[in-house]
Amino acid sequence: QESESENRLDGETASDSESRSEFGGSSAVPTSDDTPEVLNRALSNLSSRWKNWWVRGILTLAMITFFFIIIYLGPMVLMTIVMCVQIKCFHEIITIGYNVYHSYDLPWFRTLSWYFLLCVNYFFYGETVTDYFFTLVQREEPLRILSKYHRFISFALYLTGFCMFVLSLVKKHYRLQFYMFGWTHVTLLIVVTQSHLIIHNLFEGMIWFIVPISCVICNDIMAYMFGFFFGRTPLIKLSPKKTWEGFIGGFFSTVLFGWLLSYVMSGYRCFTCPVEFNNDTNSFTVDCEPSELFQLQEYNIPLVLQSVVDWKTVRMYPFQIHSIALSTFASLIGPFGGFFASGFKRAFKIKDFANTIPGHGGIMDRFDCQYLMATFVNVYIASFIRGPNPSKLIQQFLTLRPDQQLHIFNTLKAHLVDRGILGSLEDA
Amino acid sequence: EVDLEERLRELDLRSDSDVPDVPPPTDSTPEILKKALSGLSARWKNWWIRGILTLAMISGFFLIIYLGSFMLMLLVLSIQVKCYHEIITIGYRVYHSYDLPWFRSLSWYFLLCVNYFFYGETVADYFATFVQRREQLQFLIRYHRFISFALYLTGFCMFVLSLVKKHYRLQFYMFAWTHVTLLITVTQSHLVIQNLFEGMIWFLVPISSVICNDIAAYIFGFFFGRTPLIKLSPKKTWEGFIGGFFSTVVFGFIFSYFLAQHQYFVCPVEYNSETNRFVTECEPSELFQMKKYSVPPLLQPVLGWETVNMYPFQMHSFALSTFASLIGPFGGFFASGFKRAFKIKDFADTIPGHGGIMDRFDCQYLMATFVHVYITSFIRGPNPSKLLKQLLILQPEQQLSVYKTLKSHLVEKGILQPSLRG
Repeated sequence: QESESENRLDGETASDSESRSEFGGSSAVPTSDDTPEVLNRALSNLSSRWKNWWVRGILTLAMITFFFIIIYLGPMVLMTIVMCVQIKCFHEIITIGYNVYHSYDLPWFRTLSWYFLLCVNYFFYGETVTDYFFTLVQREEPLRILSKYHRFISFALYLTGFCMFVLSLVKKHYRLQFYMFGWTHVTLLIVVTQSHLIIHNLFEGMIWFIVPISCVICNDIMAYMFGFFFGRTPLIKLSPKKTWEGFIGGFFSTVLFGWLLSYVMSGYRCFTCPVEFNNDTNSFTVDCEPSELFQLQEYNIPLVLQSVVDWKTVRMYPFQIHSIALSTFASLIGPFGGFFASGFKRAFKIKDFANTIPGHGGIMDRFDCQYLMATFVNVYIASFIRGPNPSKLIQQFLTLRPDQQLHIFNTLKAHLVDRGILGSLEDA
Repeated sequence: EVDLEERLRELDLRSDSDVPDVPPPTDSTPEILKKALSGLSARWKNWWIRGILTLAMISGFFLIIYLGSFMLMLLVLSIQVKCYHEIITIGYRVYHSYDLPWFRSLSWYFLLCVNYFFYGETVADYFATFVQRREQLQFLIRYHRFISFALYLTGFCMFVLSLVKKHYRLQFYMFAWTHVTLLITVTQSHLVIQNLFEGMIWFLVPISSVICNDIAAYIFGFFFGRTPLIKLSPKKTWEGFIGGFFSTVVFGFIFSYFLAQHQYFVCPVEYNSETNRFVTECEPSELFQMKKYSVPPLLQPVLGWETVNMYPFQMHSFALSTFASLIGPFGGFFASGFKRAFKIKDFADTIPGHGGIMDRFDCQYLMATFVHVYITSFIRGPNPSKLLKQLLILQPEQQLSVYKTLKSHLVEKGILQPSLRG
């Protein structure tokens, strides 16, 4: 019976609701067909397989167009979108937990989950984002206190939630309540930390936000195409529809796509400059001297390729080399996020996380591969691209005690003299 | 009907009474104690065993303190590993998961990755000069984020590849169980070590306050306990709670008074690269210098003094003891609820009469986080050595511009005399 139900999970489309009845009451999310009427009528003549293909195709184009519009509207809108996606993903996963455990009646639990989401978001925003808004925060008194003592306040808020949880434990439901507590925390760990890493990447420069996300999307689409036309060898038992041909074809197309996209984007300042908050105009600006990553350089082509390509040198942006790393990660490791989500859906016997997007499932279904990507980009940037932010360091310095400041100053001075950057007799 | 039962069992919705009890822990009281106490009744025997073990643990604690910071760090690390082991073992037993492929190795592997990550983030700052000298360590520390992420990803991919059709749900449960356990035990133990580096007094006073609250609440409850406190722990009483609160505040106050006088406890722990040891030597900060405080007029007739000499730290000890007595017990209630939910009496039977290591440390976890948050919010700003480390890895031009900014700031504040040549 197990294999039969698995086949159904794979082969059926969102519009086939007859198979739902097999799962009875324990199925998590009953999917209704919410394809808009317009589409339904336009496609009513085609067979269900092609209809599904068209629905998915149209929605894919709609999402990509939406993505471009958002990029055009600027960093503030992007941040807001990331926040909304985070909240929606959190909601989807928590709802699944509820459905799986029939937990609607647990006292307090919904409130507590949302409360924890709020606390953790406040904590992360206090840790990172306020650095970028430093001068704005310093001006407004309530914001300043919220920012300076944010760790203490968010910890106090979290503790309140924790104590409420302990007080809400009911004798019959201990186990369920602990499960839901664990579920909430793991969800927070996944969803909230990743969304904040994405915002971090965004502030580094919009190219660090757009290229990774586009590579993952491209890999998804290309692997699907290659699998559709050439797919024969199954890749992994977890997702029977994935094939090795799709995987490898997707890898090469994504690397190529990433290369070309970075080439196009590196030419524009609005993508390559770090996002800064301008205190005078109270808006975000992207204006700077492009770093050397985004300046064309001559590279010598290795002798092996010279005969093939027929040039001796090529002009590239250094960033394109990095884009190879990003695309490789997106194609080789990103899919593991998808496999993890597939395993999760099989474990809890659900077809999709939700049915927000017709033909595609929920928001989580679209973003499952993105999570590992966001963390990777953040770690990559922190390790290889830039060191710490100098202005942030200066701010931290200013909050130290005078004797500590003097000690650091003297050590820095000795270091600079040591390296010959500062002449020993010169006091600039 | 059978189908529905099967499905409910799969979804683990069995009622609590269906869950098989974990077998009761074997009695690991040493033989010698048993012989000495064989004459007493069971209640007094239990009391004596608990009492003797408590004294043994406290003496062990003092011994380790005497041996120094390095031993303390090792102790904290061992406790972390043991707590992790205890919680994971419970997870195994609850889910009968002994046969899941790879799972034990993966759990320990994740523990290693997360520890490496945290040590790279924090402890390496303290050993900066030591690390600078050795090339391999430098590499491990500089790229530690990337390396620990790569290691974690490897574990993650192994997990995905190890998913077995029949056991999907169990495997996801254990994966989540592992991660929540890591979140609890590893982060807290690193916060404890950071508190330790701030000054041993920040390590000793909170832990002692929690222990004192435990013991005082037990004693008050034993002699005066009538009103039950919370359904989760029927043995706790309001009298014990309130009595414990007042005793802990007084204890914390007096204990801080004694500790604040010694440099050994008060100074931040530093690693001396020449002698390759930890030193605690410094000019005590103003927190640990006696100050005169005026006694508020209300209390003057009671105490008979007009001013009193105190260390400012003793005011902070009020906050620490209050937290230890009022909020710390919630950690204990959480652990009690957890034990009831999974029908276990103790986390393990490592310590006779007391249960496992987790049983002793359940109240400490919230305390460690609170102390850390308290220190970073109210006591000191960012960590100077970490700041220095970050300054040193900037690009040379950035370092120069930072240097100039700092210099102008210091001259402005009069901390640095403007140079004659400047």
